[in-house]
Amino acid sequence: MDWQGQKGAEIVMQIMLVVFAIAGLGTGYAIGSFPTMMLTYAGGVVLTALITVPNWPFFNRHPLKWLDPSEEERHPKPQVNVAAASKKKASKHK
Amino acid sequence: MHSFGYRANAVVTFAVTILAVMCGMASLSDNFNSPSPTADVKVLNINWFQKQPNGNDEVSLTLNISADLSSLFTWNAKQVFVFVAAEYETPQNALNQVSLWDGIIQSKEHAKFWIHTTNKYRFTDQARYLMPLFSSGNNLRGKDFNLTLHWHIMPKTGKMFADKIVMTGYSLPEEYR
Repeated sequence: MDWQGQKGAEIVMQIMLVVFAIAGLGTGYAIGSFPTMMLTYAGGVVLTALITVPNWPFFNRHPLKWLDPSEEERHPKPQVNVAAASKKKASKHK
Repeated sequence: MHSFGYRANAVVTFAVTILAVMCGMASLSDNFNSPSPTADVKVLNINWFQKQPNGNDEVSLTLNISADLSSLFTWNAKQVFVFVAAEYETPQNALNQVSLWDGIIQSKEHAKFWIHTTNKYRFTDQARYLMPLFSSGNNLRGKDFNLTLHWHIMPKTGKMFADKIVMTGYSLPEEYR
């Protein structure tokens, strides 16, 4: 899941849960049935989990663009002082 | 949110938080209910009325209890505990309560009921237990008392409500029988 996918998944998750909570509370109160509220909400939680938890393809539409490897070769990493490094190694062996 | 486990954790945590809020709101919704229960208790007979060897007065009653508590059942009500108490005043205590009968109502369909019964629990004045040196124990003879129908609504979630209906104008005879 890419960065935008993660953000999208979180927003979708929060909105869906709140909407199902309100829907469950509303229907439960309207028909006077506590189990209806619980089942509505439980169904909503399961559906939300199915949509936002697995790594679905639509969460991967904005892949990061990394630099080409050739670019890295043109700007090499600064080298560590070789002499100092070998000295350290030598003292360790003693 | 970068892995399956983190997303699953986020969904469960947020879902349970919202569930708690929903339960709170379900409990609050009980405040919109304004119940109109009715109750009537008749003392059909005083079966016997005597002094126990320890000095306390004890009476046996036959009661006819009828009540309609169906308006107490909101969507959040699990069950209603109901009991009838005799309440009276003595020189020692401003309020004495003796439970005579109780019951548990589990659904709205059973909330309108009618029962003909003797007192389920002993109607005994406790004066001689409470103040053995200062009380003669003859507290119940000629005593006026109230019969009070108390109820406690046990909700599915949230706050428990309790209320009562007081019925006045009952009295015990002057003599043992």
